[in-house]
Amino acid sequence: MRWVWFHKLASPKWFYSWSNFWALPVFCFGCLCLAIGLVWGLAFAPEDYQQGNSFRIIYIHVPVAMLAQSCYLALGVASFVFLVWQMKMAPIFIKAMAPIGAVMALIALVSGAIWGKPTWGTWWVWDARLTSVLVLFFLYMGIIALQSALDDLVLANKAAAVISVVGLINLPIIKYSVVLLETLHQGPTFTLTKKPEMPPEMWLPLLCAVIGLYSFVAGLVLWRMQSEILMREHRSSWVKQEVMENGL
Amino acid sequence: MAFDSLSAFLMMGKHGVYVWSAYGFSALALIWLVWNTLSTRQKTRNILRKRFVRSQTR
Repeated sequence: MRWVWFHKLASPKWFYSWSNFWALPVFCFGCLCLAIGLVWGLAFAPEDYQQGNSFRIIYIHVPVAMLAQSCYLALGVASFVFLVWQMKMAPIFIKAMAPIGAVMALIALVSGAIWGKPTWGTWWVWDARLTSVLVLFFLYMGIIALQSALDDLVLANKAAAVISVVGLINLPIIKYSVVLLETLHQGPTFTLTKKPEMPPEMWLPLLCAVIGLYSFVAGLVLWRMQSEILMREHRSSWVKQEVMENGL
Repeated sequence: MAFDSLSAFLMMGKHGVYVWSAYGFSALALIWLVWNTLSTRQKTRNILRKRFVRSQTR
């Protein structure tokens, strides 16, 4: 009985009505949290003694970089689930998630480059952290390209799932590149085991922005999955009813 | 407030250009993502609605 909710989520129809209820509140909560975190970080957090005000880029850079990796982890897990159990919702999730992850990785790269200029004196270095995030961006683009280039839906689903699972190897490389290898990039801001090295008035707004961005992305991915569900299930009678009867 | 005035806030010490360009790019990208998501949603519905209407009248 406890697993009923999980099996229900695997049904496109049930998922659609469930996400119809949750997408907007989750998205709005995300926007609110993100706005609070960013304003707090930009205007109220104290200046960094070493980096001055350029450190304020952290409040967007760290959340998007975390999301870029989390989105990929979710993508990889969904792909694995699809390859093993052929779950119908998995390719829908992959299709919805990949563009979001790509945008997150791109923002992480650009904001990181802009932060690098005043801090390291260079926009870009080919070190482990930066290069592995660039690879992450290309993985997302590869998944998007594969899914849209192949007309055969079955083949497209499978190809995208295989490349996402293989790409999972990149995640530990990103994570440990700043700990194990020689790099310009600073160490992780948040770890599960230790208190952050910054004072709370610096990391609290960051935490707020991170939670906000997770929620923002969750809302977006639900909406994108809805579009994909409607398109793939257009032969079902419930889709017809939904599209014809409800305005939005 | 970590700044004395609005102009100090906008200048960000000597880092205003960097901070605001990073945030500007991020805002544009996030807004594009939201726009793309919602317009895809609307477009999907329009395409399907047209298709259903056509199949009904035929």
